[in-house]
Amino acid sequence: MKYIDEYRDPALAKGLLDKIAGLSKKIGQPVTIMEFCGSHTYAIGRFGIRNMLPGNINLISGPGCPVCVTSIHDVDVALHLASQKNVIFATFGDMLRVPGSHGNSLQNTRASGADVRVVASAANCISLAETNKDKEVIFMGIGFETTSPTIASTILTCHKKRIPNFSVFPVNKVIPPVVIALIDDPALNIDAFLCPGHVSTIIGTNAYEPITQAGRAAVITGFEPVDILEGIFMVLAQITKNRKTVAIQYSRGVKPEGNPRAREVMTSVFYRGSSEWRGLGTIPESGLLLKESYKAFDALNKFEVPEIRSIEIKGCCCGDILRGIKTPNECPLFKRVCNPLNPDGPCMVSSEGTCATYYKYH
Amino acid sequence: MKDDIILLGHGGGGLLSHELVTRKFLPLFRNSYLERMEDGAVLEIDGTKLCFSTDSYVVNPIFFPGGDIGSLAVHGTVNDLSMCGGTPLFLSAGFIIEEGFPMEQLEKIIASMAQAAGSAHIQIVTGDTKVVARGAADDLYINTTGIGVIRYEGTISVSSIAPGDVIILNGTIGDHGAAILSKRENLGFNTELLSDSAPLNGLVEKILKASPNIHCMRDATRGGLGAIMAEIADQSRCQIILEEKEIPVKDIVKGICEILGFDPIFLANEGKMVVFCSQADAQKVLKTMKAHPYGTGAAIIGRVGEKNTGRLILNTLIGGSRVIDLPPGELVPRIC
Repeated sequence: MKYIDEYRDPALAKGLLDKIAGLSKKIGQPVTIMEFCGSHTYAIGRFGIRNMLPGNINLISGPGCPVCVTSIHDVDVALHLASQKNVIFATFGDMLRVPGSHGNSLQNTRASGADVRVVASAANCISLAETNKDKEVIFMGIGFETTSPTIASTILTCHKKRIPNFSVFPVNKVIPPVVIALIDDPALNIDAFLCPGHVSTIIGTNAYEPITQAGRAAVITGFEPVDILEGIFMVLAQITKNRKTVAIQYSRGVKPEGNPRAREVMTSVFYRGSSEWRGLGTIPESGLLLKESYKAFDALNKFEVPEIRSIEIKGCCCGDILRGIKTPNECPLFKRVCNPLNPDGPCMVSSEGTCATYYKYH
Repeated sequence: MKDDIILLGHGGGGLLSHELVTRKFLPLFRNSYLERMEDGAVLEIDGTKLCFSTDSYVVNPIFFPGGDIGSLAVHGTVNDLSMCGGTPLFLSAGFIIEEGFPMEQLEKIIASMAQAAGSAHIQIVTGDTKVVARGAADDLYINTTGIGVIRYEGTISVSSIAPGDVIILNGTIGDHGAAILSKRENLGFNTELLSDSAPLNGLVEKILKASPNIHCMRDATRGGLGAIMAEIADQSRCQIILEEKEIPVKDIVKGICEILGFDPIFLANEGKMVVFCSQADAQKVLKTMKAHPYGTGAAIIGRVGEKNTGRLILNTLIGGSRVIDLPPGELVPRIC
């Protein structure tokens, strides 16, 4: 199948693996590469890439899984909103199983009677709102620059069509501030980043400059196995030559300047405010909030949300694991209480997160 | 996760379903037949070996490309009986219908069941109908229970699986799951894809005739090929190794999976089965399957490794390998 088979070609993969083996031998010492994006993590797990790499190449999952980094408090607020009368709570499927305080999730809340619907796009909410005029359709806005433009465009459409019963629970996040937060961390133990392919189609290359300025390699990488192997090869090449630049492996999707039109749509609806990242804490200017002119579409404006005292899981080391400082085995919860059916932290929530992967293979 | 209420995932054929059955039902219902945990029970009565199986059908939408809830209810139980190595003979049919359901649609479903029973050469010999208040059910649900006779001399069971066995699949995976998804609200796919819903008893009859060394058969329904193989690996305590490049998947199914973030290996099928047979007979069985209309796409997809941890390993397209576990529960589209 076009655009799939050629990027899953065993011969191409073998060629790249040979090159990777050559460079990693030359480098000799351990290289820790963070794959930024949840889709990278998924593909690495799905195609078994981790155990094809030389022993000194260590892949760890970064904060680029929007589901995993949604804070417990934001999940609790979502559960509150979803439980309101006459509300249809629409969400991307990934959010269903993510636990808030007390282990509750949207999945449990739905089973207890809430009207929670899985949608493939925010735009699905337009028809949902039009056919359920007596109900409020709340969309949980999660994701990075890849989902934000379509959410913004849905708000613009509803504004134009004067649809009164649609709102967004705004918990979208943006990537550049978290890149800086990671780089600024003195304990950071990461040599290189595979930067997110699809986010970069929107934001371009600029956001990753701090990575290379901090002496780390950065390659914007696609999501097929051959893409990921080539991305790793390009990282190792940068390390070998000791020349760090933001390189684009995913050139069939990403232009250096990104997509200005999508950014324009995004900034017409949202402004940046501080946002809490599960495992990483509050990062200034890293969240997308609704501008005053679109406040009518803000679920937090339409519904009273009482003060919710969210309970963070004590002992969870996901923050340190996300920064490459600890391995899952060093977490007191790992395997004892935290497992894929009862995940406590983000790295176990995602089926291919670092902890979930360790749980399966170690 | 809280476990004080039933979640949709408890019915998804994955880990949650497995836990529900093994922790809640099995301890209180325990007996030697149930403990085998196979597609149906194998009973011996006065020297005659019978197979006995039941299944309930709650598919939505009730009419889908390539079938409907009626034909599915016949095929599903016929297939469960066939996987025990039996010849399906008789079915019961129980209907739970929502008040207000259009009579015309019910007539269509009954006609479809009658036709499916006819082509599978079985008879529906007893039944029951209940009507519940509007909202207490979604359109209608059907339960079918079936009984068949086992004439095969070998023991068809997970316990017969042995290291070195070859695993044969009868065609492309994910067709049913993808066809249903393509018709669900909001997705708006415009495809020609049909469900693979089909009675497999004719094919099974040929397979059993072709080889006395068939060890196990399973239809890959809920949870897909991945879930049933992970379950078999666990039950047999054997390592099972699958070759991803040998597993046939239609381009259209691949496409739908790429868009929604699904893996075809976990999509439901309603006319696909795997056969475990001795290595010596594998080519003969493969040839027999390919000659049958429901096995033209048959392929050898893997083998049974050593008896050890009971892990399912998939050798991936690019030459890597990964462990496949039972999926946790409900299959949901993903964005990341």
